[in-house]
Amino acid sequence: MFEKNASEKAMPETAASRTTAPEQIAVSIRHLSKSFDGVEVLRDVDLEVREGDVVTILGSSGSGKSTLLRCINWLEQPDRGSIHIGGQRIGVNDAGRPMPVRELARVRARTGMVFQSFNLWPHLNVLHNVTEAPIHVLGKSKAEAEAHARELLEKVGMSPKADAYPNTLSGGQKQRVAIARALAMQPQVMLFDEPTSALDPELVGEVLSVIKDLSAEGYTMVIVTHEMAFARAVSDQVVFLEKGLIIEKADPETFFTNPSTERVRKFLERDES
Amino acid sequence: MSNWEILWSARDQFWSGFLSTMEIFGLSVSAAFVIGCGMLYLLEGSRPRLTVPLRVFIDGMRMLPFLILAYLLYYGLPAFDVRLDAWWSGVGALAVYHGCYFAEIFRGARLTFPPGQVEAAKAHGFTKGKMFFRLILPQIVMQTRPLLGNQLIYALKDTAFLVIITVRELTAAANSLSGTYFIPTEAFIVVIGFYWAVSVVMEIIIKQCGRFSAKRGFDHV
Ligand SMILES: Nc1ncnc2c1ncn2[C@@H]1O[C@H](COP(=O)(O)OP(=O)(O)OP(=O)(O)O)[C@@H](O)[C@H]1O
Ligand SMILES: [Mg+2]
Repeated sequence: MFEKNASEKAMPETAASRTTAPEQIAVSIRHLSKSFDGVEVLRDVDLEVREGDVVTILGSSGSGKSTLLRCINWLEQPDRGSIHIGGQRIGVNDAGRPMPVRELARVRARTGMVFQSFNLWPHLNVLHNVTEAPIHVLGKSKAEAEAHARELLEKVGMSPKADAYPNTLSGGQKQRVAIARALAMQPQVMLFDEPTSALDPELVGEVLSVIKDLSAEGYTMVIVTHEMAFARAVSDQVVFLEKGLIIEKADPETFFTNPSTERVRKFLERDES
Repeated sequence: MSNWEILWSARDQFWSGFLSTMEIFGLSVSAAFVIGCGMLYLLEGSRPRLTVPLRVFIDGMRMLPFLILAYLLYYGLPAFDVRLDAWWSGVGALAVYHGCYFAEIFRGARLTFPPGQVEAAKAHGFTKGKMFFRLILPQIVMQTRPLLGNQLIYALKDTAFLVIITVRELTAAANSLSGTYFIPTEAFIVVIGFYWAVSVVMEIIIKQCGRFSAKRGFDHV
């Protein structure tokens, strides 16, 4: 279902493909550490995501995957280390102080996040969920935002539901709207935190195939998932977290066929059984 | 002339009392709504230096009989060289008193507001003010609509207390007519009719608004 096609990855001219040089770094994470109540949840994490790449983060429950993802857009504040998005440091300004809220919001808007539980705004219909932030955060005109939103809804297959309210949608439909909502900010990187974990099994496919289309279009993405076949098909890099440490970082072929650590081998075996 | 005929001939007095009540009611509940929203916004901040006194103030107001607050504003403030006429004292007292009730209703709903929606807003680059007014407040108002409707009815009834501080509203009109012609029963029955009519109209409006929120999944009226 998710076969990787190298030629697909050659980027067409889309909003997402704003690379100037092929090796540009979209997200750079250095020496990141984070504790909750004295327990280290992330330990000296280093990770680089190149523009146009898809990085999936695997690991067992409680290993710190969500925390890592949420540090990238500063929903969690790390204790140590730095994160740059498109060369711009998030959370800390040039003087080494905590960023003023407006500036933080601006840097945050360079990332798009898709949550496990969708988190659509229920008082707004589908179209307005997608246009809300472009209009009121980016300051786009209503007409421009709506035209763009309709394109994105088309892309995720939700055009017919533009006027529906979230409470009338299935989980898979909600998640596709949430993806369109995040894309509408034209983010430099999309962050997905277990986007299909709250879905009925028969709805998982429709969401994964939308994400796969995005990867083919050249979007930069960091994805936390438990869907192994999907991770293998879509990733450029697979990262394995264990108790807050990155213990394996490899291309998907190596990761899934010849992992260097016993822990990952065990993890993959368990998944097969 | 029968008692009812007397009242009919005094209909202008009732009518102007009614208009005055509606004016006081409309102005004070609008102000109360704004005060309630403003207080909720201030409570959003995590600075206890602001939120703790605010909570104490809100609770203090809610525990105070309305009549005493009206007295205080009208008879007590002049001691501090602040003089409000009866009408403004009444509107002010109603606005502050019911504003605190609105704030408390909103605060209760805010406690159960899904944190994921706030995170989604932050992730999309919203700052506090826009997030509050565009995403949080509209939902809280839709969700608390039945409680707000109740509170409006309390506020309407509280306008009647203002007769005590000499505001010339509906109850004052009935009071003066019943005093002049000694027909308390009929005079007050008429007034009850007015209050009921307004309450029923408000109920209907609130129900209609319910359809708006039900479509968005907030309740099932
Ligand atoms: N806000 C918080 N306060 C305290 N502890 C937290 C908080 N968030 C996460 N933790 C703890 O940090 C650890 C890592 O959590 P995290 O949510 O990052 O794991 P995860 O890998 O995403 O797990 P899952 O697969 O279950 O989603 C867990 O032990 C969790 O209990
Ligand atoms: Mg998680």
